[in-house]
Amino acid sequence: MPVRTVLDSSDITRAVKRISHEILESNSGPMDLVILGIPTRGIELAERIDAALAEIDPAYRSSLGVLDITMYRDDGLNAERDIKPTQIPTSGINDKVVVLVDDVLYSGRTVRAALDALLDIGRPRQVKLAVLVDRGHRELPIRPDFVGKNLPTSADERVNVMLSRTDGEDQVVIEQ
Amino acid sequence: MKHLTSIRELDRASAVSILDNADELAGVNSREVKKLPALRGKTVVNLFYENSTRTRISFEIAAKRLSADVINFSLATSSVSKGESLKDTAQTLEALGADAIVIRHPMSGAAHTLATKGWISGSVVNAGDGSHEHPTQALLDALTIRQLKNSGSDLKGLSVLIVGDIQHSRVARSNCLLLTLLGAKVTLAGPETLLPQTFREMGCEISHSFEEALETKPDVVMMLRVQRERMQGSFFPSEREYAAKWSLAGERLKMLGKETAILHPGPINRGFEISSAAADDPRSAVLAQVKNGLSVRMAVLYKLMAGEG
Repeated sequence: MPVRTVLDSSDITRAVKRISHEILESNSGPMDLVILGIPTRGIELAERIDAALAEIDPAYRSSLGVLDITMYRDDGLNAERDIKPTQIPTSGINDKVVVLVDDVLYSGRTVRAALDALLDIGRPRQVKLAVLVDRGHRELPIRPDFVGKNLPTSADERVNVMLSRTDGEDQVVIEQ
Repeated sequence: MKHLTSIRELDRASAVSILDNADELAGVNSREVKKLPALRGKTVVNLFYENSTRTRISFEIAAKRLSADVINFSLATSSVSKGESLKDTAQTLEALGADAIVIRHPMSGAAHTLATKGWISGSVVNAGDGSHEHPTQALLDALTIRQLKNSGSDLKGLSVLIVGDIQHSRVARSNCLLLTLLGAKVTLAGPETLLPQTFREMGCEISHSFEEALETKPDVVMMLRVQRERMQGSFFPSEREYAAKWSLAGERLKMLGKETAILHPGPINRGFEISSAAADDPRSAVLAQVKNGLSVRMAVLYKLMAGEG
């Protein structure tokens, strides 16, 4: 199985930095931001974005959480999945600008589930989407606001995002 | 996993996974929108051949919180009172499109029969069959103990004392199996007539003196209701004598450690197997059990119905 590395560790670091700058720019500052990672790899990416935001703008007050979407999946009944913790910052998401963070944007179904999960928890003023890789092949009218890398792929390829805490190293590879 | 008719169908990993999922699902019950769409479009039937308040309502709310449609079926208002057999009732429910049947039945083995005879294609959850098993009760007890004792993923090293009418208790049977599976040491205590020696085979210790059992300082004391409806003949001379020897009251309540948790599956007979003072004691976890029952049943319904595809 041929494996091709498309992003290495420094590419990922740079992408996270740039996404963080773009988030601050689009929000005209660090006010009311809530960064929510979607398990599994979205959590680690969200933590990095949160850290980068704090580094870029000292006025940013960390508001980081996790949004599990297991119970909202539309393919949820095809497989037994364990439910993971959802952690919403204590200040909540009402009237906040929520940035959803995931590793790969593909069909868009995960994001659809995340939006439903989010709206059951509260009413954000705005919801934005940040992904490390957008590989195309959308099945729903969903688009990302912040993208690390656009990666045209064919449907039979697999995009694998590896992050140091979860997988031991930072890289994004395509498997045929 | 498709059915849950006995704790014997679980291994340690699947039991821990149900408890973990229940812990996560508990959060939904304190949200403003107390609903998850996981079982949307599914139908759950509560088929109750015995009276029940908490178990039936708990299963009903659990299914509704997961967005399933719920049909409640009770003995008195159904065709069972016209003599319909379990098979015919089950096949009727199957034809109407039930995706899961939660069954309580006075006959031991009824849930297993329903799950294995091929009458239905949906999932079966045992909500108590005769004096055989009541697996979701054991799961909610395990979850309550795990939370109170902060014992990590399982119950390793904890000692649990189960007291009362063991012989007729499906709660005791399911708990013996599950708590030992999760690493706890289980001791059963009760009068000889209500505690058959065969329970040793389930890996439990047996004691015929409440006081002696309490001297071992158990972490948890679980009191059981005396099930008069299942008794033919007399198992003890009088209620007064039973209460004098086996009620959690007075001196025996004082023997409990400061951190000892008091559990009771309900319904409680105050003044009989447990005194009002013990039932209302701060160490009593009865209401925590009811709360956990809801999230455990959500986790079980989700696990069974999500494993289908």
